[in-house]
Amino acid sequence: MNFNVLRRRFFGDPLNALLSLAVLAAALLWLPPLLRWAVTNARLAPDAAACTALEHGGACWGVVVEKARFILLGRYPDEEAWRPILAAGLIGAGWLLAAFRHLPGKTLAALLLAPPLLALPLLGGGVAGLTPVPTELWGGLPLTLLLTGAGMAGALPLGIAVAYGRRSQLPVLRAVLTACVELARGIPLVAALFAASFLLPLFFPEGLALDMLWRVLIAIVLFAAAYLSEIIRGGLQAIRPGQLDAAAALGFGFWQTQRWIVLPQVLRAVAPSIANSAIALFKDTSLVTVVSLYELTGSLSLALSGDPEWRPFYLEAWLFIAGVYWVGCWVLGRVSRRLGG
Amino acid sequence: MARPQSASRAVQALLIVALLALLGLLVTTTRAHLEERGIRSGFDFLFEPAGFSLGESVLPFDAGDTTLRAFVAGLLNTLRVALSGAALALGLGILLGFGRLADNPLVRGLAGTAVNAIRNVPLLLHLLAWYFILTDLLPAADAPLQLAPGVFLSKSGLALPWWGDNGFEIPELAGFGIDGGASLTPEYLALLFGLTIYGAAYIAETLRGAVLALPEGQRTAALALGMTPRQTFLLVLLPQAWRAALPPTTSQLLNLFKNSSLAVAIGYPDLMAVAGTSLNQSGRAIECLSIVIAVYLLLSLLGAAVSHRLEKRSLRGGPA
Repeated sequence: MNFNVLRRRFFGDPLNALLSLAVLAAALLWLPPLLRWAVTNARLAPDAAACTALEHGGACWGVVVEKARFILLGRYPDEEAWRPILAAGLIGAGWLLAAFRHLPGKTLAALLLAPPLLALPLLGGGVAGLTPVPTELWGGLPLTLLLTGAGMAGALPLGIAVAYGRRSQLPVLRAVLTACVELARGIPLVAALFAASFLLPLFFPEGLALDMLWRVLIAIVLFAAAYLSEIIRGGLQAIRPGQLDAAAALGFGFWQTQRWIVLPQVLRAVAPSIANSAIALFKDTSLVTVVSLYELTGSLSLALSGDPEWRPFYLEAWLFIAGVYWVGCWVLGRVSRRLGG
Repeated sequence: MARPQSASRAVQALLIVALLALLGLLVTTTRAHLEERGIRSGFDFLFEPAGFSLGESVLPFDAGDTTLRAFVAGLLNTLRVALSGAALALGLGILLGFGRLADNPLVRGLAGTAVNAIRNVPLLLHLLAWYFILTDLLPAADAPLQLAPGVFLSKSGLALPWWGDNGFEIPELAGFGIDGGASLTPEYLALLFGLTIYGAAYIAETLRGAVLALPEGQRTAALALGMTPRQTFLLVLLPQAWRAALPPTTSQLLNLFKNSSLAVAIGYPDLMAVAGTSLNQSGRAIECLSIVIAVYLLLSLLGAAVSHRLEKRSLRGGPA
């Protein structure tokens, strides 16, 4: 790219020149104070008095150092902290491998779906000599990853089943499933979470009282399955009839055709969309704070709202959490692009 | 693969019986639970005094009014923030989308960074940041920021010139607060800002996607005819992209409407918040939540129907 091309791109006509100058002027005006705030004048030490003395002239990253343990792990008991760290590490490692390594489909599915299911007993305890930890104490990043991972692991098979059910030859089944999917897609997740919190306990018989975590997980699975079923239904519709004819000619039965011919093609075609759903769910798990589960977003509020000393530095802690979400979305976005190409 | 008619009928009958049995089981357990806890059921509570007040309401409301009126006030609050948010998000989204497609690398880079930064952070986190900025970082009402003559921003919200009791009023500083005109609460503003910016980032992406999905030949043909890149964009690409962008954009606007229910997290009294408060007050969980679910479902279906009509109309001129 030579000088002339550059000049044309930045200053090719009056409007372009004006825009370029506006962006440059804004950068000159805003970047130095921003850098001064974030870097030069900032404090890393968790010293509230020193931070207050800055009077917001510099960032107080000390709030992150001070509150990191609580924001990232929530109220999980200190002596058992290795368990949520390991759980988050397992789920995160699965995501990272899927994002950065070329892997066969089955390995990929196992890496993404198995760790969240392993994380459940790991966090809950009561097996293999682990001390039981009640679900109210789970929180922070492991809970965010768990709700996303386990939500997807539960929603995917259900979504496939619903997609098939909506193509069935039984009008009653089709109508019931269509109504359920439209219901789930027509309401906000907050409404579904409220329903999980207040209605599910009424529906279950006495002996089956579930913790809030399980109720919320049920709501998330049902909600996500509705969206996934639409994605998979689209994939099923895109299978050309010739594929089925060919399978029939080879003597394949219904299940064999689906298992070996249809589903592999469908899942490969819609995998990027499924990964995008996972991104949406990853961000949506933040809503569980309205029913008092303290994942990443909830534990941020929990850590700072009751602490007048550190509360003034909410924005710094906020930026840290936003960064964590940003990285998570970016990794899942890479998974999506990798599956697409 | 067609099965014999009679077998399929039998399966369906069995399915209906199973569904009815499940429903019956749900009803009996639920009724048992309600009786055991001494909770009355029914919708009569809607016509009794609500017993709670709302932080703000388009519809005049106080605790003595009926619960039904509270739900209506909540719905109007939802519509107020969702409709203004949708309009602003559409405008900002189109602007950001244009920026994302601009020839100028600086503009393109800036718009791209903004869109990615916004989309990769949950909406709830956006709302919490705005709420903190508006309620904690702004000066108090006795020393507000003056954005323009008669426009004040402070911890108590945004004061704007508006029609009041004495005709058109311009807000002015009076003692410890601001008098006259209209005032928007920090809760409303935080929700509006969050919904607008988050929605706009998604709308910008749908617009960009629609333009990039056009066949490359459209662009090269226009350029070969001697059109400038800007003419090509405005006269050839954009008119075609609108059509492709319409369905995903309306679905983003419907998302914005459903997302307005995050109001509960920052204390804006929308429909969901009213239902939550009323639920705690009356204990009628099933009734309150079925009202909310029915209203959201109805409005979502209505929105989808309108979008479908628009789509058909936009296709009337022939396929793109």
